[in-house]
Amino acid sequence: MTEKTLRKGNEALAEGAIRAGARFFAGYPITPQNEVPEYMSAYMADAGGAFVQAESEIAAINMVYGAAATGTRSMTSSSSPGISLKQEGITYLASADLPCLIVNVMRGGPGLGSISGAQGDYFQATRGGGNGDYHVIVLAPNSVEELGNFPKLGFELAEKYRMPCMILADGILGQMMESMSFNFDPIDPNKLGKFDWAVDIHKNGRAKNNVFSYKGDNLIADVVERAKRYGLIEQTEPRFEERNTEDCDVLLVAYGLSSRACLEAVNHAKEAGLKVGLFRPITLWPFPSKRLAELSKKVKAILTVEQSLGQLVQDVKLAVNGQAPVYLQAYPAGGQPDGAAILTGVRSCLNGGKEGLFDLHEHAAGFTYECKRDLSLGVQGDRKGETK
Amino acid sequence: MSTILAKKPASLTDLPMHYCPGCGHGIVHRLMAETFDELNIADRVIGVAPVGCAVFADSYFACDCVQGAHGRGPAIATGIKRSKPQAIVFSYQGDGDLASIGMAEIVHAAVRSENITVIFINNAIYGMTGGQMAPTTLVGQVATTAPKGRDPKLQGWPINMCEMLAQITGSKYLARVAVDSPQNVLKAKQCIKKAFENQVNGVGFSMVEVLSQCPTNWHASVEQALEFVRTKMMPQYPLGVFKDEGAK
Repeated sequence: MTEKTLRKGNEALAEGAIRAGARFFAGYPITPQNEVPEYMSAYMADAGGAFVQAESEIAAINMVYGAAATGTRSMTSSSSPGISLKQEGITYLASADLPCLIVNVMRGGPGLGSISGAQGDYFQATRGGGNGDYHVIVLAPNSVEELGNFPKLGFELAEKYRMPCMILADGILGQMMESMSFNFDPIDPNKLGKFDWAVDIHKNGRAKNNVFSYKGDNLIADVVERAKRYGLIEQTEPRFEERNTEDCDVLLVAYGLSSRACLEAVNHAKEAGLKVGLFRPITLWPFPSKRLAELSKKVKAILTVEQSLGQLVQDVKLAVNGQAPVYLQAYPAGGQPDGAAILTGVRSCLNGGKEGLFDLHEHAAGFTYECKRDLSLGVQGDRKGETK
Repeated sequence: MSTILAKKPASLTDLPMHYCPGCGHGIVHRLMAETFDELNIADRVIGVAPVGCAVFADSYFACDCVQGAHGRGPAIATGIKRSKPQAIVFSYQGDGDLASIGMAEIVHAAVRSENITVIFINNAIYGMTGGQMAPTTLVGQVATTAPKGRDPKLQGWPINMCEMLAQITGSKYLARVAVDSPQNVLKAKQCIKKAFENQVNGVGFSMVEVLSQCPTNWHASVEQALEFVRTKMMPQYPLGVFKDEGAK
């Protein structure tokens, strides 16, 4: 436990990771996470670890693959387009059952998008992201304090279940300053004990260890074993926060920075004559479906608030399973929710209105789209250039 | 009385290798394993196996091994070496792996002068996937994706990695060898040994490129394949030491 200090989100994260025993970091510059590798370049060596500025995000995640294979607490950070590049390594890490920490300080997308904070990478983070059947554990902080303290939780979960853990943070969270404290003492990773699966020097007679991703004939057994771990994680590891959920008509569901705007809405609901609660998933995978399903039985409506085009709402609908109407307030590509707008949406949930709610089909009503290329011409000739 | 003149190096496991008859991989594995035994570093070696024909190399070496993504061996080796500086780390890669998809990783491992040893098998073809054109495929050489032979107008020219990496300050040892004859196998052994000695001595980035034969995908007999190495590959890829700054 430390005194409260004012820290920038990305720097709190970097310091928190070193305190949590991270001793290998590889990264590549990308806004808005640059303070993380900058901090690591200044302080990692002092902690006895290694910092490498990699030639690309792909190289960085593969350096993490190598370092994690030695049992070293290893991590990388990036932002949305960079995380797309890292997916090759992330699926290999999942396949090789390697624990590591991956930080995505999200920005607008798709593509190069924008450097504004956004939440558009929810699907990518919670559905694996790379090829194959796998998951990573996804932690979603909503404060600089959590950003600084989640690396410890992330490494512990990653090592407990031998899989990558991702911290999915909003770009704004990485950039903003808040008063925060670390709720744990610095960890000496040398005292954590060794993994029996890690590659190392001085085997001293033990059987050789191989860390590998090609499973061939053993792939089915391998994936099935991992699925059992996933099932266990879904039972035991969901984390969430509730505000005013005991007596509310409308339950807001939001993670990360969106949940902060929702808190503002919850705090102003009473004076507006509304009963509003907040359910904040902290683990996005495993999604806290069980508790959300319980709560959905007691409310008139659920309103999902997300800075994306209807991604989180899909998990909410799966959890609620028709027990309450689920509405969406969407702020894609860097839009910012605020308490007043959320309360407008809450009123619409209760009175059947449309203001403040997003529905993709209604959004597209009356919209026409014309393809400029006449695709019907293409079928007239065959590949030899003959025309009919 | 009998004397043992030669035996399997302790640094190789007993697993039968899966390589095709006449392939050079097995010879290079053995030379590396002999080196580990002779330099007395077997207990410190950690290997990185590639994607490609040598994907199972992690099972053939007795040391701990990591098998990683295509082309990323030098990055993975960097992560291992920086985390375990006492380890002797090698990355074993083919030509598609090192000179195509992994070009950035090998160049920047050299730029940083990572104190690792890279063994680069150049057989001018993608072997595991069935004979597609490699960056090192010779002009005119037929491949499944160059059915009329490599045409520089369409597919460019073969790339000479040792010569290219020699331009990089961080490259400390670069040698090209072949395993087409007993004499060349012995020379290859010397260079491989030097590349690992360099790592023990903290010299920096060392790479040995091995011209290797692929009878299967060259659609050649073993004899013809060895002849192809000598008459076709060596003119494009001359043998020799291109950089040696380890002696200083």
